[in-house]
Amino acid sequence: MKRKRKVNSISIPAEIACHVVLILFCLLCIVPFIFVVIISITSQDSIRAIGYSFFPKEISMEAYSYVLKLGDQLWRSYFNSFLVTVLGTFLTMLMTILYAYALYRKDFRFRGFFTFWAFFTMLFGGGLAPTYVVCKTVLGLSNSYAAIIVPMLLNPFNIIVMRTFFHSSIPEELIDAAAIDGAGEYKTLFKIIIPISKPGIATVGLLSALAYWNEWFIPMLYVRDAKYYPLQYLLMQMQTKVDFLVKNSSMIGAEASNIISTLPSDALRMALVVLIVVPIACGYPFFQRYIVSGLTIGSVKG
Amino acid sequence: MSKKASFKKTIFLTTMVLPGAIWFFLLRYLPMAGIILAFKNYKVYPKNPTFWNNLTHSEWSGIKNFKFLFATTDSWTYIRNTIGYNALWIVLGLVIAVAFAIMLNEITHKFVAKTYQTLMFFPYFLSWVVASYFLLAFLDPTRGLIDHFLVNHGMNKIDWYNTPKYWPFILTICNLWKNIGYSSILYLAAITGIDTSQYEAAAIDGASKWQQIWYVTIPNLRPMICILLIMNVGKIFNADFGLFYTVPLDSGSLYSATMVIDTYIYQVMTATSNIGMSTAGGLLQNAVGFVCIVIANKIVKKIDEDSSLF
Repeated sequence: MKRKRKVNSISIPAEIACHVVLILFCLLCIVPFIFVVIISITSQDSIRAIGYSFFPKEISMEAYSYVLKLGDQLWRSYFNSFLVTVLGTFLTMLMTILYAYALYRKDFRFRGFFTFWAFFTMLFGGGLAPTYVVCKTVLGLSNSYAAIIVPMLLNPFNIIVMRTFFHSSIPEELIDAAAIDGAGEYKTLFKIIIPISKPGIATVGLLSALAYWNEWFIPMLYVRDAKYYPLQYLLMQMQTKVDFLVKNSSMIGAEASNIISTLPSDALRMALVVLIVVPIACGYPFFQRYIVSGLTIGSVKG
Repeated sequence: MSKKASFKKTIFLTTMVLPGAIWFFLLRYLPMAGIILAFKNYKVYPKNPTFWNNLTHSEWSGIKNFKFLFATTDSWTYIRNTIGYNALWIVLGLVIAVAFAIMLNEITHKFVAKTYQTLMFFPYFLSWVVASYFLLAFLDPTRGLIDHFLVNHGMNKIDWYNTPKYWPFILTICNLWKNIGYSSILYLAAITGIDTSQYEAAAIDGASKWQQIWYVTIPNLRPMICILLIMNVGKIFNADFGLFYTVPLDSGSLYSATMVIDTYIYQVMTATSNIGMSTAGGLLQNAVGFVCIVIANKIVKKIDEDSSLF
């Protein structure tokens, strides 16, 4: 056995070449983030002298202390991002599970129609402008949390993942048995199906949580009031306006202009990037497995 | 089952799909009806500006909106960029992702392969806004790593955000950086699903590793390659808005290299609030995508009956 494996594996130089290529690419993927972390703890003097560098002259937590000082808008955005992510993910999961479960049921009379109803939207859509007009004028979505959450509630891709998961892990006899025992449809779903579908639910939940956390386009379209800015959009605003945070904090007049003049703006922006990425980077090793299974299901069956 | 029970079941299951079905109606089907806007000269009706009033009081304009799409000086730029980048990235993405997947599969230490996979997949979870800051750390004109390096070594610095000629490369790297991890994992999943006895049989027949890859792995990946290819070709007239909008910091002097149809439509909609024209653009994208998907599917079907999508 051992010998056969040896015969049928690639030669040592080839394997080394593989390692080199893959290591280089992995570095490309991870080094920018490390670099940004380093910049965020570099002192403004060092940045002025030698620019952004992997080996700063002086380490300083200045940027993070400014983050605390300029709190208002920042905490508000952090809170907005969390709220939108938690609430949005919960609603997305609920609606996706309900929809996918009904589509999974072979004895559902309108199964064909509702399957088409959801999946046709993957092939054809109104496009950006009509969707924007409908959301703004018909549904009145602007300047509210609803305006960020509602436009991305459902996604046919998630429904496919969930339905495929039901198909592969729930035997139909289970539903028949529950029906014979007199359990209602909702009771069957919430008491029997959901508890045994945790991996599928985790996949859909994580995919939508990431989508909400990373969203900046929808706030850009529908939100004008800084009160509702999520972190990502705040960060985008700061590409051009670094003093945005100061303007939106409670400080006024001399105090504000004083702060603007001493602001470690470069490090501060990078500190915000770190604050956005850290929740993802921390959770990532744990949730990666679920995401991989979900994405492979969705794209192969879709 | 009694008639009453079956009726009750239908009712309950219908209530389950109802919230989702209503959502699809309001946010997907209603905008489809809004496609009429592409043929109208959309104006806000000042007396009572509801959607319906705006729609009915706007004049018909025939295909004028579509003509405008092709008549501006930017038309050629955004059409060339959209299709050019997509075509290049479909090919590059496919070749590199399959190569990486095969490499990952051949590595003897599974733990090491797993680690590579985890690191490669990481950028997929970041937004383009975050990625734009990553890039800024390297390319910033005053503080960026690369320009500092150039100056320190007696070279002229490069004004990255005002020099379009570098951006085809930069955008390509960014796109691969973010998406290769994901597609390699898809292909890797397909490779691990291949029956190992095929390799054993090939090895006994004296096939070298290269021959095995060429005659066993690739043919087994073919259905998956075809499906992803068809879907990507269907999106050939759609661009990743975030990549083209945030990564070049929406810099006007880069438009010749970075303007694609999605950013163009967005600009038309927000800067000039020409709803009719941007609707026409969206409709065009949809129509081109649909035609491309059908053609790609036909071609794949001609070559390999089983690998086609429909």
